[in-house]
Amino acid sequence: MYSLWLIPIFPFLGFLVNGLFGRRFSKPLVNLFAVGSVALAFLWVVKTLLGLGALETKYVEHYFTWIQSGNLNISIDFAVDRLTAVMLMVVTGVGLLIHIYSIGYMAHEGGYYRFFAYLNLFMFFMLVLVLAQNFLLLFVGWEGVGLCSYLLIGFYFLEQYATNAGNKAFIVNRIGDFGFSLAIFLIVRQFGSLDFTKVFTAAGTMPVEAGVGILTTISLLLLVGATGKSAQIPLYVWLPDAMAGPTPVSALIHAATMVTAGVYMIARSAALFTHAPIAMDTVAVIGLATAFFAATIGLAQTDIKKVFAYSTVSQLGYMFLGAGVGAFSAGIFHLMTHAFFKALLFLGAGAVIHGLHGEQDLQQMGGLWKHMKITAITLLCASFAISGFPFTSGFFSKDAILVGAYARAPWMYWVGVLTAGMTAFYVFRAWFLAFTGEYRGHAHPHESPLVMTGPLMLLALLSLGGGFINIPHWLEPMFAEAPENPTLAWISAGVGILGIALAYLFYVARPKLADSFAKSMGGLYTLIYNKYFVDEIYNATVVEPMVNGSRVVLWRGVDAGLIDGIVNGVGKESRGLGRVLRLLQSGNIRSYAAWIVLGSVAVLLFIGLMGGAR
Amino acid sequence: MIHNAVPTTWYLILSAILFGLGVAGFIYRRNIITVFMSIELMLNAVNLTFVTFSYELKQVDGHIFSFFVMVVAAAEAAVGLAIILTVFKNRHTLMIDDISSMKY
Amino acid sequence: MTALIFFIFAGIAVFCGVSLVVQKHPIASALSLIGVMGSLAVLYLQLGGEFIAAAQMIVYAGAIMVLFVFVIMLLNAGAEGTSLEGSPFAKYLGIFLLAAFLGLISFIIQAMLPARPGVVFGEWRGGTALEIGRKLFTAYLLPFEVTSVLILIAILGAIVLARKEI
Repeated sequence: MYSLWLIPIFPFLGFLVNGLFGRRFSKPLVNLFAVGSVALAFLWVVKTLLGLGALETKYVEHYFTWIQSGNLNISIDFAVDRLTAVMLMVVTGVGLLIHIYSIGYMAHEGGYYRFFAYLNLFMFFMLVLVLAQNFLLLFVGWEGVGLCSYLLIGFYFLEQYATNAGNKAFIVNRIGDFGFSLAIFLIVRQFGSLDFTKVFTAAGTMPVEAGVGILTTISLLLLVGATGKSAQIPLYVWLPDAMAGPTPVSALIHAATMVTAGVYMIARSAALFTHAPIAMDTVAVIGLATAFFAATIGLAQTDIKKVFAYSTVSQLGYMFLGAGVGAFSAGIFHLMTHAFFKALLFLGAGAVIHGLHGEQDLQQMGGLWKHMKITAITLLCASFAISGFPFTSGFFSKDAILVGAYARAPWMYWVGVLTAGMTAFYVFRAWFLAFTGEYRGHAHPHESPLVMTGPLMLLALLSLGGGFINIPHWLEPMFAEAPENPTLAWISAGVGILGIALAYLFYVARPKLADSFAKSMGGLYTLIYNKYFVDEIYNATVVEPMVNGSRVVLWRGVDAGLIDGIVNGVGKESRGLGRVLRLLQSGNIRSYAAWIVLGSVAVLLFIGLMGGAR
Repeated sequence: MIHNAVPTTWYLILSAILFGLGVAGFIYRRNIITVFMSIELMLNAVNLTFVTFSYELKQVDGHIFSFFVMVVAAAEAAVGLAIILTVFKNRHTLMIDDISSMKY
Repeated sequence: MTALIFFIFAGIAVFCGVSLVVQKHPIASALSLIGVMGSLAVLYLQLGGEFIAAAQMIVYAGAIMVLFVFVIMLLNAGAEGTSLEGSPFAKYLGIFLLAAFLGLISFIIQAMLPARPGVVFGEWRGGTALEIGRKLFTAYLLPFEVTSVLILIAILGAIVLARKEI
């Protein structure tokens, strides 16, 4: 009776209207449908959650049966429990702010209605993903957001690098989706159903696996899917390239919502993962490795969006770490706070880029504090939050994760703390390079309009105060809360402040120090700056052989040679036969007469041999 | 034997001989009218066969069939000669070797 | 008696048939064909087919062959020109093969059909106009009507094909 289906349908209707008729609409009308539909979705979420209250039990709405095949019964169900509630608020809330921001950012771009149509479609699929009550419906949303990501990354489709980036994102995601599909197949085989309630209650009765059993296999395959979608090692390579899309896209899809789908999926499947310790450890290790790895790359990047992209990869690693050590609620908490400050970082970067008319290189910026105060202040709030400065949102969420890590294995905690320090360093490096010092570029920087700075300010408030929304406590019935440990928290906060101080030293107090330090590190710096040549390695080992193999073996050999050969061969043989047969048509009546006689003799012989016309 | 009956097989053999001659003329001759006449010879030979068997089976149906063959031959001769006339008007030749424009 | 008449007229028929095939001038071939038809009419008579014999002479020899002769005259068809460039070897081989083929057919006919009472003139009188008329208008009425339509079509066809374009 809460009509949960309306939540995704509102953005879908916005997509339909803008997609079909948007070409003829004026910009305000497109805005009305696009932003209005998301606003309606947000309001409906609020109304539903207020109505549902404490959500002690899961609230399920069953719509209709989708697939009925033998014993397998998959239906379209939407459900809301506490985890879903958090995700819904984040997706619709942050999504709404980004939609409003996009009105200003995309004001001078072509394809205005198309952008909002795709954005609405993305919201639809993401909400389906979050509300889904079985694995297949979640997969539908999963694939759908992948599609929208492709469409939006390649939004400037006339640019080669943009379309390449879109292809890369989709293809790398596909690899992850393959793992996810295998996991779904195994779940059907093991549990006979894909419904969350059925699967998780059945898994709850199974013993915790010591080695690699069926649950571990399923969990590891789910992890493969998650690494694709949430850009972890080894499938993270698409996320930095995805910065080719417009900045609001980077904020919404590649920071706040889509990339968190992997974390959400793992948290949702906690019942499976907790019974497979090996899988949990794999999740934690991959998360930690990715966090550290991406942070090191972020230290040397010069494009402001690339810095934040690697930062996203790194923070997603933190979320995976949280899930892997059993602190699921901490992971989700960090998901929420990350949505706030990462979206703010990207939107702020977008405001800077917008103000500089497209400049993205940090080395061409500087001294922008004078020209864009609001942007600078809000970005400063976000930077404090991501660095884990005491009492910001990032402080609480990162602390929860690191406490959980320490409980699992202390070395994980120390690596995490080191990564936190690096995070603080590179984020403030970016801020100092952009806003302090003298302006090094050639454009005329200006502040952005209210429609853009408004969401920035709101997100800044959330980044600072969002930590006081006690998500782990809210998610207590689902995931056990880790005990507090203030010492660890203050250590990580201290390391964060140390990172900020180092950044100040290198980029404000002694600017020359950064360059000389980089030169002295020589080879290591080159390695980091070129992102460890991972893309080149992938290209050489995976992409090139596959492309060449396809071109030579499959295309020339099988398709052109064999199949075309058969088809052409049939044609050729028919023609050859025809060429022989047409000699009959000599135009010479006497030869026709001769053939007639021969034919009748043959018929007579045949009848005679068959025993006469008896 | 001069006063005995003539075996029916002899009539059939005669019919076969005449038919064979008709086929030979049909293949061998070049003048289109002669070819046509060979066809008529073949039809006559077949008529003889029908009448012979009609005698043997003591039924008159053979005669009737032979009658119909005659009717058809008449119609065919009429139309065929008209065609020959038209061809002659266009090609000015009666040699069927020269009328070969239906070559592939 | 029957046999004598048979041999005489069979001989004439064969002779005229060969002459039809061999003669150079079409008019000679036409006259040979008339000879064949005449001798065949006698043979029909011997076989008791008096109506057929009369029809043969009237329709075939009297109308169709006259039509042939008219057309030959109209087209001023002359004697055939030089004979085919085929080798004489092929010609003799063809004749031999034809003869052999006919001999084979004759043997087969002789062997296949069982011995029956032969043909005697006057033994069977079932080929009268009465009998034919009876059968024609009762059992074979449909073919009769159809052939009348056929003749109509033939008339129309011949007129359309051979008329002068105005």
